[in-house]
Amino acid sequence: MAGSGTAHLRDQDDIVLRVEGLVVEFPLERGQKVHAVSGISFDIAKGETLGLVGESGCGKSTTGRAIMQAPRPTSGEVLFDGKDLSSLSADELRRSRTKLQMIYQDPISSLNPRRRVKDIVAEGLSIWEGKGSDDPRVEELLAAVGLDPDRAGGRRPHELSGGQCQRVSIARSLIMRPEVLICDEPVSALDVSVQAQILNLLEDLKAEYNLTMVFIAHDLAVVKNISDRVAVMYLGKICEVAPSDTLYAHPAHPYTAALLASIPEPDPEAKHTDAGLTGELPSPVNPPSGCRFRTRCPRAAERCELEEPQMREVATGQFVACHFPLVGEQAPEGNRELATAPA
Amino acid sequence: MTTARPLDGRGNEPLLEVDDLRTYFDTPRGVVKAVDGVSLRVDRGKTLGIVGESGSGKTVLSRSIMNLLPKNNTIREGSVRFEGRELTTMKNKEMRTIWGAEMAMILQDPMTSLNPVTKIGDQITESLGIHLGEKGKVAKAHAVDLLKSVGIPAAERRLGEYPHQLSGGMRQRVTIAIALACGPKLLVADEPTTALDVTVQRQILDLLETQQHERNMGLIIITHDLGVVAGRADEIAVMYAGRIVERAPTRELFARTRMPYTEGLLKSIPRLHQPSHTRLAAIPGRPPDLVDPGPGCPFAPRCNYAQDKCLTETPVLAPHAAGHEAACHFPVGTTAGQDALARNLAAGRTAAGTPLDSSTAIATAGAA
Repeated sequence: MAGSGTAHLRDQDDIVLRVEGLVVEFPLERGQKVHAVSGISFDIAKGETLGLVGESGCGKSTTGRAIMQAPRPTSGEVLFDGKDLSSLSADELRRSRTKLQMIYQDPISSLNPRRRVKDIVAEGLSIWEGKGSDDPRVEELLAAVGLDPDRAGGRRPHELSGGQCQRVSIARSLIMRPEVLICDEPVSALDVSVQAQILNLLEDLKAEYNLTMVFIAHDLAVVKNISDRVAVMYLGKICEVAPSDTLYAHPAHPYTAALLASIPEPDPEAKHTDAGLTGELPSPVNPPSGCRFRTRCPRAAERCELEEPQMREVATGQFVACHFPLVGEQAPEGNRELATAPA
Repeated sequence: MTTARPLDGRGNEPLLEVDDLRTYFDTPRGVVKAVDGVSLRVDRGKTLGIVGESGSGKTVLSRSIMNLLPKNNTIREGSVRFEGRELTTMKNKEMRTIWGAEMAMILQDPMTSLNPVTKIGDQITESLGIHLGEKGKVAKAHAVDLLKSVGIPAAERRLGEYPHQLSGGMRQRVTIAIALACGPKLLVADEPTTALDVTVQRQILDLLETQQHERNMGLIIITHDLGVVAGRADEIAVMYAGRIVERAPTRELFARTRMPYTEGLLKSIPRLHQPSHTRLAAIPGRPPDLVDPGPGCPFAPRCNYAQDKCLTETPVLAPHAAGHEAACHFPVGTTAGQDALARNLAAGRTAAGTPLDSSTAIATAGAA
């Protein structure tokens, strides 16, 4: 994709988090740099779940971490609570982070192996309020995430399974009553049966604690299930942003369509389409000119090389950065059919 | 759990036949029954999918079939016949003529299965030299052909490169090229695409399928993802706690699921065609400890259908339809199963004491 632009940003009062022109670059030797995230923008309304989806190396986790300012982005704004997080001092940032929490992919390594579960969960309280693990909120949260406070509270992470550790991580992230929860691949290390438990739990907690969520994952089916809107990323850019059901029914970006076609459906009757992608992700050190997806795109033309596509609306709430989208006026006949077929 | 599976096509000797294979590990915590009485068979040109979660014993099963487990703390019983030859009693010296040449394996992580300090060309020509006696230019030309056949561009140049110079998908293509080098009759792929992105996963699975057809190989795909084997395997075996709990031709398994665990696995996967925020039918609890499984069905504590009988009597694989077997006292889609579920729903809990989430259970009953 992609492209840049801010046409998809909304002008509403209930926007909780707004990211504009976010750029993250990592320096290499000889003046080269990794263009991990190259000018992306999105916003999230109160109570909404935004899914960020893409293959490894597309910059989705870097985006999540850049929102937390860990590390701080190269440029761009992260507006939260009326403040630009990237301009805050370290002390102000620490205070803001209590309202902005993150859970990670590997549930076991993200917990301190030497501490007991209840101390891990109580850490935020001990830092900000001087309270200990006997605070009633610790017990309440452990119960809320489906752990028995009496049995699990005194254990250490190695005594728990992966799914239980992820529950502890979730309890820890909620203890300071955050407004925004950023989940970075929270279920990809878990077995399918446990994955469903954690996804259901996140949905329940979101309602109970009035959370706004950013859900980062590579599995489009998981992202679609939990998100209200989905942003598809490719090589540091956003290709497409749309409500999740729209995105699945009528993908507008050729990359979204290819991602959808690649997912193996657990259904032997499912048809194999030949929309599979060829080639590999180009290097983020020297990303292609124009549209970054053009080297693998079945619809690429000369224009895609010369001109970077900008975000524009092709259907209600559906924004795409592509010169030749699959939805809208220029959509080819055959593809319109394709877009409606799975329904 | 010996199976009374009839040999279809008399005189048609299977490529691989595993009979009542048991593999236990002696550990300080006790004996881990990682594989506990598994029987299966693979024919030439056919694909068997083995599906299970972590800890179900699927990887140990593949290692045990390949004779790749350490001897010192492993207890192994049962038989593994490859083209009629018994492998369990073979010495490593004899196995070396079979490994790579007749049976080959692809592992999950291509970075750790390739040697990081040896050029790709040398890693491929190594087995060509050992098994086929090919050397020098002949071996090199063969290696280039192999890399081309697995879809690696600029194959000549790649021969001189090291694994770290390739992407994950390209590395997995190299391990496939190495596995195919000597034209094996059986290929065991243990989670071959789990470490790869979906778009690359699709390419690798397509590649395995083409190579299998061209070579008429038997293929075993081991995976935790039913989606990976749904469109590709001829037959699927579902493993739980070291045993096969359901086995059927692929379409039959999806159309008429009998084992509540298989049903639970299928229902807990988020599906693209469901509207966003569809509640998932999660399987409660977690897989059992294999050290001391206790009596009864190992799935009973997590099963919506569990009755008193399930807590005391371990079910064995029983036939349901041609080639379809399930190990369950109250199979899904039968009157016994429906009655069991209705009883549990009325009681609000199963015989194992697990509370029934009525929304989930009703969705389950509706599908039966």
